[in-house]
Amino acid sequence: MKELLTEKLTKQFPEITFEVIEQFGELTLKFDKSEIVHVCTFLKAEESLKFNFCEDVTAIDWAVRKNRFTVVYHIFSMENKFRLCLKVDVDESECTVESVSSIWKSANWAEREAYDMFGITFLHHPDLRRMYMPEEFDYHPLRKEYPLMGIPGAIPLPKK
Amino acid sequence: MGLESKLINDGFFTTTIDALAAWARESSVWPMPMGISCCAIEMMASGDPKYDISRFGSEVMRFTPRQCDLMIVAGTVTYKMAHVVKKIFDQMPEPKWVIAMGACTSTGGMYRSYNVVQGIDQFLPVDVYAAGCPPRPENLLNALMQIQDKIGKTRVKDFPDLPHLSHETKLTDPTFSKN
Amino acid sequence: MQKLTKDDVHPKIVQALLGADVHITVDDALENEMILNMGPQHPATHGVLRLLLRLDGETVVACVPELGYLHRGYEKMAENMTYLEFVPHTDRLDYISPPANNVAYALAVEKLAGITAPPRAQYIRMLLAELARMCSHLVAIGALAMDVGALTVFLWGLREREKILDFFDAICGARFTTSYTRIGGVASDVTSDALKNIIAFINQFEEKFDEMERLLNGNRIFIERLEGVGVIGKDDAIDLGFTGPNLRGSGVEFDLRRATPYLFYNEMDFNIPVYTEGDCLARYFVRSDELRESAKIVRQVIDKIPNGEVMLNSPKKALPRKTEIYTKMEELIHDFMIVNHGINPPVGEVYHAVENPKGELGFYLVSKGEGQPWRMKIRSPSFANLQAIPLMVKGHMISDVVAIVGSIDPIMGEADK
Repeated sequence: MKELLTEKLTKQFPEITFEVIEQFGELTLKFDKSEIVHVCTFLKAEESLKFNFCEDVTAIDWAVRKNRFTVVYHIFSMENKFRLCLKVDVDESECTVESVSSIWKSANWAEREAYDMFGITFLHHPDLRRMYMPEEFDYHPLRKEYPLMGIPGAIPLPKK
Repeated sequence: MGLESKLINDGFFTTTIDALAAWARESSVWPMPMGISCCAIEMMASGDPKYDISRFGSEVMRFTPRQCDLMIVAGTVTYKMAHVVKKIFDQMPEPKWVIAMGACTSTGGMYRSYNVVQGIDQFLPVDVYAAGCPPRPENLLNALMQIQDKIGKTRVKDFPDLPHLSHETKLTDPTFSKN
Repeated sequence: MQKLTKDDVHPKIVQALLGADVHITVDDALENEMILNMGPQHPATHGVLRLLLRLDGETVVACVPELGYLHRGYEKMAENMTYLEFVPHTDRLDYISPPANNVAYALAVEKLAGITAPPRAQYIRMLLAELARMCSHLVAIGALAMDVGALTVFLWGLREREKILDFFDAICGARFTTSYTRIGGVASDVTSDALKNIIAFINQFEEKFDEMERLLNGNRIFIERLEGVGVIGKDDAIDLGFTGPNLRGSGVEFDLRRATPYLFYNEMDFNIPVYTEGDCLARYFVRSDELRESAKIVRQVIDKIPNGEVMLNSPKKALPRKTEIYTKMEELIHDFMIVNHGINPPVGEVYHAVENPKGELGFYLVSKGEGQPWRMKIRSPSFANLQAIPLMVKGHMISDVVAIVGSIDPIMGEADK
């Protein structure tokens, strides 16, 4: 399955460099963030691959200056029973990436959660608003500079 | 409270009526289950056939605050949910009591994080704290029995913001005319 | 009585109806439509879910769910505690079936650390996972029946569930939030008495569950309330990220225990119930069939359970035995290091998913070689299942919304993390 996948992808997208990481029995592909929609559309539509199930979209904050965030997509092919992980790097200065919610609807809420927790904007998302924190909240909790106990007074409490 | 509010003086007849009213109130505590997370499941379990809560008079677990006198806050209260809990508490008619069920409502529990209120007594007056994560149903029933003890000791003069029809007493409590 | 038009109603009332924190725009409000708030506190015992419904009369035109009322900050807390310290937190994710979450987390961390628990521990984990599945489905069926109006089924289901909780008490030490699995095995062994009692329970469970089903399966009110309500097609279900019984009720035969086998499920003989209609009744039938299949699996597990250790003998990765800690120096040091500084798995990432009673529970762990994870993401099934509610309630009435939410069976503890 891994050979089929790499062969099809390199044939379809000869201009993208894919970094292939294989560990713990799982396959991860890393590439440039501008190609994410094209690659995902191909992966879903291609007959022999058919990655029709998007399990999760999330992000990692590495707390380094260059390429601070990594957006991670876990997709699964029900026919081939194969799981694939896609990763794109997002820099803090240009904290945006194209949304894949037009390809898989389950990415809709997952991307909203990533926006809420990290502040990564997903372009062309149908309804990008916060998921868990109230709308007036100013911070993004899962960034590494946000303290665990929160900022006192960020969300008001009712009076006794 | 109509008859006994006329009888303020502590005579034999009035103290008996007092005690009778307190006994009636404690034997039929209707809880308002503010079930938020895991403690709510143990609260449901305290209503199942093994740990029957209805033998304590609390069979009627109404989910509308207007008909209840005990609020059991079961589950982690977050900052977003705190406003909802306070709103529902305000809708309950007097007299009302609160059981803080579990560690999360007492002190924030095992969640020392940015979104969990570290103890609901920051915005609610709590009467009984039940410890446990989650408290076993027997523990919740013990807390209910303690509330019943507390109710059994109340007397008319503990509820001052109710109308006194006697011409001798005046309405001095400024909180009477709130909502 | 004349219908109210925009001119009759004071503009401030319209403003109050729309409210400050509603994010759907309603043009020509109060022409025919109104906004109803099924607030975070409502009697259907599915937790704190807020649904904003836009109604035309009594028919739902649009629905916006709002989550976050139980967001406890799990992922941020996980970055500050060791892998072992996080096990009690996994209990409270899907809080109806805590042992299943413990098993899922332990498997994910063991995959990262590159160790496998001994066979007896894996069989015990399978036993607990299936008993937890039975607990969860009993509550799910009971709650669905209670939402629709049949209160007796709920109490009968809880009665059976109490018997299972007694077994958790005997095996794990706690009846509800068990925290039983450890990295490299389970906390303590199972006695043969407990296994005999479980077999006795399973033997009488079939007929008790038959009694419950007799109340519902032929009940005209139950069937009319659930048939044709909340239909979701096969492609929509996969696209929206449905997993678990909800997906199998829409005709997709997909179960992680067969697709990506873990523990010893490929040696067990069980069926996967699939129904094609995709409505609430189909999801109810999937759950009740799965209850019987889980009973079958429990019987096979107890038949085949081997003797042996329950904790891996790997000093750097798994906790040593308590009896040896007090007498031997090496074990004491290892225990100290593992509890305080955590096991140090190699640098890397892993995503491991298991078939929870609600669907696919996945843990994505990013490790930088330290004792704490650098990032932990919990892929919870209820979060993905709730996404489908706006699609499923369109065109139904308010009381159908209750039935639909009940048949999806969300648990807000894991949806909000």
